[in-house]
Amino acid sequence: MTTRRRASRLTSFLVVLPSLLLVGIFVYGFIGRTILSSLTDWGQDPSQALAVSPVTRFVGLDNYRQLFTGLIDGRFRQDLVSTVFFTVFFLAGCLGVGLLLAILIDQKPRGEAIFRAVYLFPFALSFVVTGTIWRWLLQPSGGVNRLPTLVGLPPGEFAWLTSREQVWRFDWNDLPVALAVLLGLALALLAVAELRARRRGRAVGAAVGAAAALAWAALFGRSWAPLPFTELHGFNLAFIGIIVAAVWQMAGYTMALYLAGLSGIPEELREAATVEGATSWQLYTRVILPLLAPITLSAMIVLGHISLKIFDLVFAMAGPDNAYTDVPALLMYITTFRGNQFAKGAAIGTILLVLVALIVIPYLRSQLRREVDR
Amino acid sequence: MSGHPAAGRRWSWRWLLYAVLVLAVAFFVMPVYMMLVTALKEPAAIGLETAWQLPRTWNWGSFAQAWTAFLPKLRNSFVLTISAAAASAMLGSLNGYVFAKWPFPGSRIVFAFILFGMFIPYQAVLIPLFGFIRAIGLYGSIWGLVLVHTVYGLPITTLIFRNYYVEIPDSLIEASELDGAGFFAIYRHVVFPLSLPAFVVVIIWQFTQIWNEFLFAVTLSNPDSQPITVALAQLAGGEAVRWNLPMAGALLAALPTLLVYVVFGRFFVRGLLAGSVKG
Repeated sequence: MTTRRRASRLTSFLVVLPSLLLVGIFVYGFIGRTILSSLTDWGQDPSQALAVSPVTRFVGLDNYRQLFTGLIDGRFRQDLVSTVFFTVFFLAGCLGVGLLLAILIDQKPRGEAIFRAVYLFPFALSFVVTGTIWRWLLQPSGGVNRLPTLVGLPPGEFAWLTSREQVWRFDWNDLPVALAVLLGLALALLAVAELRARRRGRAVGAAVGAAAALAWAALFGRSWAPLPFTELHGFNLAFIGIIVAAVWQMAGYTMALYLAGLSGIPEELREAATVEGATSWQLYTRVILPLLAPITLSAMIVLGHISLKIFDLVFAMAGPDNAYTDVPALLMYITTFRGNQFAKGAAIGTILLVLVALIVIPYLRSQLRREVDR
Repeated sequence: MSGHPAAGRRWSWRWLLYAVLVLAVAFFVMPVYMMLVTALKEPAAIGLETAWQLPRTWNWGSFAQAWTAFLPKLRNSFVLTISAAAASAMLGSLNGYVFAKWPFPGSRIVFAFILFGMFIPYQAVLIPLFGFIRAIGLYGSIWGLVLVHTVYGLPITTLIFRNYYVEIPDSLIEASELDGAGFFAIYRHVVFPLSLPAFVVVIIWQFTQIWNEFLFAVTLSNPDSQPITVALAQLAGGEAVRWNLPMAGALLAALPTLLVYVVFGRFFVRGLLAGSVKG
């Protein structure tokens, strides 16, 4: 018996081996090559750009330095800013609409199944389909802007995807200070939390980190500017339409996640709260919403990484060459496959990977740990 | 509102509930309405001012035109989607079987190693991938895309099957072992016959994902091997387009996954939850 089991360990390893090799090459191997390419000048010399085995030179972190502080790469910096704004509004929209719809459907209205099916169907569509339809809906003098006229109001004036307006502008040079202050505050909060949990070592560590970050911001931050000139970035209003379309597509998905969470809350708990005299408002705010917190976290992770990678929706709605609706995922594609700047494209890809990993890895670790605990 | 709400009050709440639900329906259905009326208008009758009005004369010609233009692309999409979904489901099922029932030393780490592939932004592998597909001579061929989608589908299919097989009682496996069945015999005669629901979930999920995918498709295909999403983006992306054709094309591109959603809704939601809550 045991020898048989042991022999089949080899079998089971051999069965997984092809997948392991494929993922090893296509995920880890290719990530490694992307990082290596991002440290070269591949693409600087047009004659080498498309060669089968291009001759390239190692340039260290030069591409990254250019992207964050170089004269010509302001577009990338605006794209980063745009992605952050897009992510914030997209997450807020999906979570808000999704939670609202889930709670409404949780009231067991008549036709519950139909409502649910209607809200979820956009999730089955391609972002390209969604983008094509919304592109037509958001034509400046048609579509959504004509809606008010159906009830006798004047038509809307907003230019949607062709808007050139930018709000909440800030100087790129202020970013290091702002980030250091944010980091300091976050670490300070962490220190307080650790102190409450009576983990003194960790609390001291976090407090020291907080102090260092804040001290750096106060003492050196102002004198350390990444750019020799003022460069303003902000929220491009042309993104509003893309955010609406993205929420249209993903809000139903968020609703489905919340509904799964709501169905997992035992009926006795609701009854107990009602017997205790809780109003339905209190039932939701005090009992149900706290129980849905893990769902919110999962949804934020999934939506957040979709948002950082968003490419097809923007491509289909505003085209690949619209600087006002550009995002890093799109810029990477254009830089690489239109501009043949392979090394710089690889650097943008690597930065995207780091951003996604910052969100996903802590989450995966906590999930795996929970599984081990079980 | 607490213990004994006045009947009238409850009624007004109920009305508000339905009002919001119906308003939301309007928001979600509005683009579909716009797509249909635009696709059904004569090209000359499409105007920004009259975009919301029903067509005066119903013109089905745009669908015929989109159908002829998109037929080869639809065929590409079907070949690509079905092959890659089937291949990644089969491999995922075997992997899941190992991780759930036949762990080997280090199998947990291998599982996590495979799983991480689910979350990477594909821009981080796109350049070497492009070079690799070109080097093995599959650039511009539908089979290059099949390979790519099979590989990057492995994490999610492995995850769903593994979570499904964990629920199969170990005693069932052990009983078959006592009867002398080995690794593959147990898979074929015990586990595989029980896997139908998991296969449905995985194939539906992969079908939807691959059909709708755009980044790999636009990077690795040429006009002959283009899937429908790329063709649609090109058609709608041109300047001065007549909107009837992109709208009819959008409907054609959406129809297969919509049908899957309508027919297999329950399994569709299960795949969606497997891909996120456990993620």
